[in-house]
Amino acid sequence: MSTPAVTESAIARGSGSRRHVLRGAVAAAGLLAVVPWVVPPYTAILLTYGLIMAIGALGFNLLLGYTGLLSFGHSAYFGVGAYVVALMVKYVRVGSMELFLLGAIIGSAIVTAVFGWVCVRYTRIFFSILTLALSQVLWSLAFKFFWVTGGTDGLRVPTPSLLGGLVTGKGDKTDFMSHAYYYYVLVIFFACVVLMWVIVNSPFGKALQAIRDNETRAEFVGVQIWRYRFVAFLVSGVFTGLAGALWVPLNGLTTPDIIHWSFSGEIVFMTVLGGFRSFAGPIIGAVVFNYLKTYAVGYTVYWQLLLGVVLVVLVLSLPTGIVGTAERLAARWRRES
Amino acid sequence: MSLLVTKDLVKYFGDTHAVDHVDFTVKEREVLALIGSNGAGKTTLVNLISGLFAPDSGRILFRGQDVTHESVHGRIRAGIARSFQLVNLFDQLSTLDNVALTIFSRDHKTKKLASLASADSAVWDEAYDILGLFGLEAKARMLAGGVSQGERKLLDVAVAYALKPKLLFLDEPTSGVSTREKTPIMDRVTSVVRSTGISAAIIEHDMDVVFNYSDRIVAMHQGAILADGTPDAIRRNAAVTTTLIGSPGAH
Repeated sequence: MSTPAVTESAIARGSGSRRHVLRGAVAAAGLLAVVPWVVPPYTAILLTYGLIMAIGALGFNLLLGYTGLLSFGHSAYFGVGAYVVALMVKYVRVGSMELFLLGAIIGSAIVTAVFGWVCVRYTRIFFSILTLALSQVLWSLAFKFFWVTGGTDGLRVPTPSLLGGLVTGKGDKTDFMSHAYYYYVLVIFFACVVLMWVIVNSPFGKALQAIRDNETRAEFVGVQIWRYRFVAFLVSGVFTGLAGALWVPLNGLTTPDIIHWSFSGEIVFMTVLGGFRSFAGPIIGAVVFNYLKTYAVGYTVYWQLLLGVVLVVLVLSLPTGIVGTAERLAARWRRES
Repeated sequence: MSLLVTKDLVKYFGDTHAVDHVDFTVKEREVLALIGSNGAGKTTLVNLISGLFAPDSGRILFRGQDVTHESVHGRIRAGIARSFQLVNLFDQLSTLDNVALTIFSRDHKTKKLASLASADSAVWDEAYDILGLFGLEAKARMLAGGVSQGERKLLDVAVAYALKPKLLFLDEPTSGVSTREKTPIMDRVTSVVRSTGISAAIIEHDMDVVFNYSDRIVAMHQGAILADGTPDAIRRNAAVTTTLIGSPGAH
């Protein structure tokens, strides 16, 4: 007999669940819209970093949470996004954010397509090691070809113009970043969230979840496994590349550090921290991780140690991530009330 | 008329002759049982036909077309589907999702990234109908990993059936379920198969199931076909009785 405790799948819950999500999204959008007016500029800028990393983590989680592939090379696509912008500034002398985004999308799509073609034929540890190795190849290129990439000094990126030059950052940079650029990132963030939501709830997204759950059966219902993995890899890489392009004007500088595998580890960590089994998990994880890291860096020179301990405790105490734990507590509260 | 023909099909695993020069046929609109002791080569034969393994030599013809070197995907398009001995489902998806995903795949809709799966009511309606055919409509919203073994067996067949195949291979559809559940499962499965006019080849160890539900029986032994005939002919076949079934009256 069937087990009464068995829960319905997230997909089968249908429109009721979607109404909840929509209500939550509208509330979150309202809160995020007033942030620059109620918090100090520094906090708004920190949140901008968090939203940018959330775009990258959303892309990363299309592979981990929905396709069952753990990439340790997403720093490569983030770095490609950032370096494409920096190289456009250096060699093409453009300052338009829209052109930066276009360039980053094209650049990260090309690199992701090449890396994905190699990687998606493998799974588990082989996939993870391949993605890590390829990202390290890019890191060493950025590190050694200093006459192009600036080496360890990196490349500077000035404040860009937004909306085809309608908004420029000629005045106070802090004010620009905490208001105009914040809203620019916020709009792109919401566009990415909606796009990813549609993708994971599309027939394509269902095929990815089928591959994640049971590759053999997925093949025997006609899903061509590696093609779907390739497309997922491509979308995932482009999202992360887009995040890199948004990140670099805010940071003002890009260095090979963001292509190093340890930065891939940060993307993995923020996704696991938020909860890779839920759609919102990577978003929450990215924002929380960003604040944790920033405050740890400001608190002590041993910030890596402090951050490591905090994160180990968080992951051990919240094995399903922040969102997974919150959902479980909310379900228990609903049952009891 | 033959739907599927294998000619001189061979698959060796080292010194083991898993499938040894097998000429096997499945006719249109028949329910065929494939019997044999463990290691006789039944599942390997199905794995070769469904594309899981490549044969060492020989040919596989389906509806007159050579599908020997077709991919799994190509064979599904041609009309060959299968279920698995160990139930093979998407356990984190609902039973309805399991069937719906198969329909999306069959109709080439899984390529769509920019539309919500839930909006395609034709697919969901068909998925409900298929679950209904197998008596699973009440379990539509439950996770596939959470229903009973008998229901999982039926769902496994339902998922394969949702591909609208011409030939359905069922690898031990009643293994691991209680004796009481076997008859309802086989009643459902054969009823769907016969009413839709497709063919089914069933690998089965339970001789009651084999003799009660099949039109023809193929017996395998040590990678080769030992006998091929109607249930009555197989029951009277001395070689089969000695090798596989045992003494008369045992089943």
